[in-house]
Amino acid sequence: MDTILVVVEQREGKLNRVSWETIAAGQAIAAHTGWTLEAAVVGSGAAAIAGEVAAKKVAKVYDVESARLEPYTPDAFAHALREFLGKHPAKLVLMPHTYQVRDFVPKLATALQTTAITDAIGYKYEGGKLLFTRQMFQGKFVADVSFAGSGPYFVTFQNGSFRADKVEAGAATAPIETVNVDIPDGVMRNKPQEVFKEAKQAVDLTQAEIIVSVGRGIKEQKNIELAKQLADALGGELAASRPICDNGWLPMDRQIGSSGQTVAPKLYLALGISGAIQHIVGMKGARSVVAINKDSEAPIFEIADYAVVGNLFDIVPPLIEEIKKAKG
Amino acid sequence: MKILVCMKQVPQKDAPLKLNDAGTWIRDDVSYEVNEPDAFALEEALRQKEKHKGEVVVVTAGPARAMQVLREALAKGADRAIHLEGDAFVGLDAYNTARAIAAAIKDEKFDLIFTGLQSDDYGYAQTGVILAEILGLPHATIIMQIEKRIDQNDGGIRVKRELEAGFFQFVDMPLPAVLTIQSGINKLRYATLIGIKQAKTKPMRKVTMAEVQSAVGGNLQKIEKLHVPQKSKNTEFLEGPPAEVAKKLVEKLKNELRVI
Repeated sequence: MDTILVVVEQREGKLNRVSWETIAAGQAIAAHTGWTLEAAVVGSGAAAIAGEVAAKKVAKVYDVESARLEPYTPDAFAHALREFLGKHPAKLVLMPHTYQVRDFVPKLATALQTTAITDAIGYKYEGGKLLFTRQMFQGKFVADVSFAGSGPYFVTFQNGSFRADKVEAGAATAPIETVNVDIPDGVMRNKPQEVFKEAKQAVDLTQAEIIVSVGRGIKEQKNIELAKQLADALGGELAASRPICDNGWLPMDRQIGSSGQTVAPKLYLALGISGAIQHIVGMKGARSVVAINKDSEAPIFEIADYAVVGNLFDIVPPLIEEIKKAKG
Repeated sequence: MKILVCMKQVPQKDAPLKLNDAGTWIRDDVSYEVNEPDAFALEEALRQKEKHKGEVVVVTAGPARAMQVLREALAKGADRAIHLEGDAFVGLDAYNTARAIAAAIKDEKFDLIFTGLQSDDYGYAQTGVILAEILGLPHATIIMQIEKRIDQNDGGIRVKRELEAGFFQFVDMPLPAVLTIQSGINKLRYATLIGIKQAKTKPMRKVTMAEVQSAVGGNLQKIEKLHVPQKSKNTEFLEGPPAEVAKKLVEKLKNELRVI
């Protein structure tokens, strides 16, 4: 019987919550395939996290330990997991698609002469074959991707692809095995410094009930004012996709997406936003989405409740007037 | 500093894409452009050269049309280009693309190799890191800043990595190294007329699949099928002239979504 291994992410002794989604994915695939599900925590002094994971429905939890795994470096993580997988082979290795994982997984897979399907959003099990689905062309298409070769097969799952609250608890606590890995001198070539925040975030968009967000479709900096007027009329906050902040048209602390803030407002009104994956992950928790975009195939429409295909510069001015009228 | 920039040609962002008859890839009768993060990687390489002298070399793998990306890079100031040219390079997975590039540059010694952090078509975010592993070099991903570490005088660099949710981290690393560059690290320049003229005389080395074939193997992953995403929501399209659409939308905001 083959083994599925979920590598749980931890930072400074705290489990990254997105790891529960990956455990849920592992449990679903295990139920489908009949394979054994195991989990591993990689770090220094991560026993407490291993204990947390052992309460879930998994056959076994490994605590992969070395003092050299803290702080994170891609060299040490790839080395540790390579050594671990040499002793405890797995057919399928699952991880969340975090910035940390994407930093070391391609290196690890290459060192093992295998491959990773990254940023997957789901899987299919058809006729004994596992396929993983992932978005392509900025979300315009979804691809079914299969593995060739003998594995181990690495898959990383996009944030929000599985539900953390679907994780099944175990009937009994799973056994925990500590695996000490040897990371020799000279393996780690990078010297990471402290993690820091640029500046105190001035705006906390996570608390906003209404967000008007602008993307490339706004075209010029001077047009931001129009979006601002719409946000003001609605009593909401103004936000943006990454390119707008890269251009300096709005400050970085108003950016929504994987590198910015993750929001869940009552209303997310997207103006000229195509809906690239990196943006969607930051706003798909919104209770309702209204999208205005001239491109009828824009991926943002996939998740919109109300959609307007058209030129935002034609639609927003009368929209502001109507909102003002409705509010009296 | 001798810097290699890996660049890729991808379909234009707002180009309408259609699937081929087999549903395995898009029809290639679309407009193409340079992958956006790669443009920032090139800009960063040009800025590093301006600071520290040296050479900027650009490389791409793809059919004849992909040469446009190299032409533009030469016009912006890159010194020479390498084109792994041919349809045989289309559809290679990230592992094999990296192996082909590694084979094509095996006689060169670069201090830094840049890639964009991911491509707008596949979005794997892997080729740069795989290339580092194949070449035995250290790497760092999603880079927002690169400085020579003058204080240490060890020939290394200090880079600023972007982490999630507004966090950053400085990382010290030795050269040579591979870095994947985040969009927005700098402000892009435009090619000048004189640059465009000069580009025509700059060296462009062509590499065929036959020359790197021994380094390339079968794909380790395969796209079986592409399809249009299934809607997770029942989207209601509001249609009509702008004034009418505005009225309809406000009615929804008020009575359905109850946010007004």
